[in-house]
Amino acid sequence: MRIIGFLIAVLMAGAAHGFEVEDHRHYPAQDEQTVLRVISTADLGVFEPVLLAFQTAHPDISIDYTVTGTSDLMAAIYDEGASFDVAISSAMDLQTKLANDGYAVRYEPTAIDLPEWANWRDQLFAFTQEPAVLVVSDAFFALDETPRNRDELIALLRESPQRFDGKIGTYDVRRSGFGYLMATQDSRNSEAFWRLMEVMGRLNARLYCCSSDMIRDVAEGRLALAYNVLGSYAAAQAADTPGFQIVEMSDFTNVMSRTALIPATVQNEQGAQAMIDFLLAYNQRPDLIDATGLPAIDSALFQSNTALRPIRFGPGLLVFLDQLKRASFLKNWESSLEQR
Amino acid sequence: MKPHGSIRRRLFFQLAGVAAILSLVFILVVRGVAERAAEGTQDDILTASATAIADSLRSEGGGVTLDLPYSALSMLGTINQDRVFYHVSVAGQTLTGYSDLPLPTAVPLVGARQLETLTYRGEEVRAVSVSRRVGPAINAATAVITVAQTRLGLEAISRQITLTATGVGLAFLLLATALSLWAANSALAPISRMTGSMTRRGPGDLRPVRAQTPEELVPLVEALNSFMGRLRASLSRTEDFITEAAHRVRTPLATVRAKAEITHRKLNKPEHKQAIREMIRAIDESSRSAGQMLDHAMVTFRADSLARDVLDLRALVNETCDRLDPTAELKDIAVDRHLPDQPVTIQGDGILLQAAMQNILDNAIKYSPAESDITVRLTGGDTIRLSITDQGRGFGGADPASVTKRYTRGSNVGDVVGSGLGLTIADEVARVHGGRLEISENTDGGGACVSLVF
Ligand SMILES: Nc1ncnc2c1ncn2[C@@H]1O[C@H](COP(=O)(O)OP(=O)(O)OP(=O)(O)O)[C@@H](O)[C@H]1O
Ligand SMILES: [Mg+2]
Repeated sequence: MRIIGFLIAVLMAGAAHGFEVEDHRHYPAQDEQTVLRVISTADLGVFEPVLLAFQTAHPDISIDYTVTGTSDLMAAIYDEGASFDVAISSAMDLQTKLANDGYAVRYEPTAIDLPEWANWRDQLFAFTQEPAVLVVSDAFFALDETPRNRDELIALLRESPQRFDGKIGTYDVRRSGFGYLMATQDSRNSEAFWRLMEVMGRLNARLYCCSSDMIRDVAEGRLALAYNVLGSYAAAQAADTPGFQIVEMSDFTNVMSRTALIPATVQNEQGAQAMIDFLLAYNQRPDLIDATGLPAIDSALFQSNTALRPIRFGPGLLVFLDQLKRASFLKNWESSLEQR
Repeated sequence: MKPHGSIRRRLFFQLAGVAAILSLVFILVVRGVAERAAEGTQDDILTASATAIADSLRSEGGGVTLDLPYSALSMLGTINQDRVFYHVSVAGQTLTGYSDLPLPTAVPLVGARQLETLTYRGEEVRAVSVSRRVGPAINAATAVITVAQTRLGLEAISRQITLTATGVGLAFLLLATALSLWAANSALAPISRMTGSMTRRGPGDLRPVRAQTPEELVPLVEALNSFMGRLRASLSRTEDFITEAAHRVRTPLATVRAKAEITHRKLNKPEHKQAIREMIRAIDESSRSAGQMLDHAMVTFRADSLARDVLDLRALVNETCDRLDPTAELKDIAVDRHLPDQPVTIQGDGILLQAAMQNILDNAIKYSPAESDITVRLTGGDTIRLSITDQGRGFGGADPASVTKRYTRGSNVGDVVGSGLGLTIADEVARVHGGRLEISENTDGGGACVSLVF
């Protein structure tokens, strides 16, 4: 009965919105004055501590939290005009397009202790920095065998195709906005990307929608490795799930920032601003950083580790969202990965 | 003299006004130039972006396709955080980009660019369009590439520049105003220096101005000097005339009178004696008139540039009385002096004061019968009063204003010789010393009381 009820709820939600709701939870306030409707790509398991801490600071705000994919979040706001008070996404390019095309309102935050690049047009606010990593299964790799960069990875995959056939996972960039962002940034940074995609295609790579699924499959030994996994999720899962290693590529590692914006359809603007202020102070809450596993913004890290390539806001991020550019990128990607 | 305008004020306002105009021009020019430069920069980057996109257009499988270069849009984010829009159309059909971004009003020529400022998605944007031909030569189509960007960054720059320019302009204005004040003052310094040296001069000092004079004031000072020269000459001529005239008139008259007296004594016939007496009287009158006229002239002359010596009135009174005592004695008249023990000081011209006293005392003696008393009383204090009281005929109700008129004598004079100038002189002297002449009757027992009050 329960399952049927849940399914109905999901279907109803699905009928109400064209976008796909992955998860949804309501956090009632102790004495509710207003409701803050947040749409986010951050899984509840990861983000709940932040929401609870926010509610501790603002006990009069109830939170209505909807989890969805990056592309769905974009579709919800851009195409469907769904009304939310805060939108939090890991797809910086899509968030940039929302802001650029006028789907975000401005807010001048009260004193913040963040580098200038963390704020774009007073509309986009970055509050984490998360690397895209390679996750390798302990069941497949000895410690000394783990590839450290893309060339090593390509060489390794080419060496023993039977060993890795069907055992490699990566994002389905057609479905995941985050996957698309990482793939396009990879393609900008290195020619090795397309070679890697070729090799993965030959090995019948499996395509995923979400990092957590890939990590789970690697940890459980169904996959030998997964490429371009969200490092923060992997690190969070590594704490209580054994069986895999996290590798930051030494040739380059893309680092993206989770960003928040206030959609133009905002109803509870004051609450939304309070949430932005709260998220901008995230780097001063080590307890939350611990609890979520989402690393806070730390410019010094880019100085000490030069392989890290931060993705910066700017109109450049709009390029791969161009219809023709996207179509031709996906065509290349499909022809590389799906060569059966 | 009521001043008409002020050179200093006019100089200051003119200089400050010029500075204000210059500041305003500076602000406007800097702002205009800077804004144009910023606009030009944005236009150039937009053009570079549009050109980069145009260069990436290629024909493929009979159609046209575009591989949007990453730098084409990323370069627009380097100088500001403005929103970016683009639109590529081929033969009027949208190929990619924001299809609702308006096409340029006129298709730009190949190699040229079309600049427009328009409103898009609720904000003012700057749009640059370029065009090129794509496709095989036979059926090549025209592609129009428009790249647009909002102008917030531009506005921020222009606001910043305007603020800086205004700050500099205002600082300049402030400085210039202070300098104008200083310049106006220093330009007028020679004038105030000269004014100072002129006011410090004594009343009789008519020497030419020798102070260092700036070029512009030389004609004025020269005119002043020549005027003072003429004045000096004229004054000394007048002085000479007065002193000389007294001498030249009185001496021959005295001689004639002496001759007439001798003749009178020698003559026997009463009608002849009578004629000579009348002649002597006429001579006396002439002599008196001439003397009084010259004294009056002297008073007028000296009053123009009144000396301000500190004098003890008691000494002057004594001197005057001493001088007239012989005349009084002729009529057996006693002149009683009542002077205070303390000195009675006054600032003024001793000669004039003496002339005034002498005329009053002379009247008292002249219009009193023989063997009467005249009281001269001097009192000091806040107001100084010198009253001369006699026991003569008194003014007989004559109007005090009329007896001080020139050449006006009372109806009570009888055969006393006089010219009618004595009280005029006394009145004028009192007035130039800031005092007045009081004429009244003697309160106890007839006679007149004439006082100088300072
Ligand atoms: N002490 C006096 N007693 C009576 N009358 C006087 C006395 N002093 C002046 N007066 C009247 O005032 C008139 C004006 O006096 P003032 O001294 O001006 O003229 P003056 O004595 O007639 O001539 P002079 O110029 O020779 O002195 C006199 O003519 C006389 O009528
Ligand atoms: Mg007289």
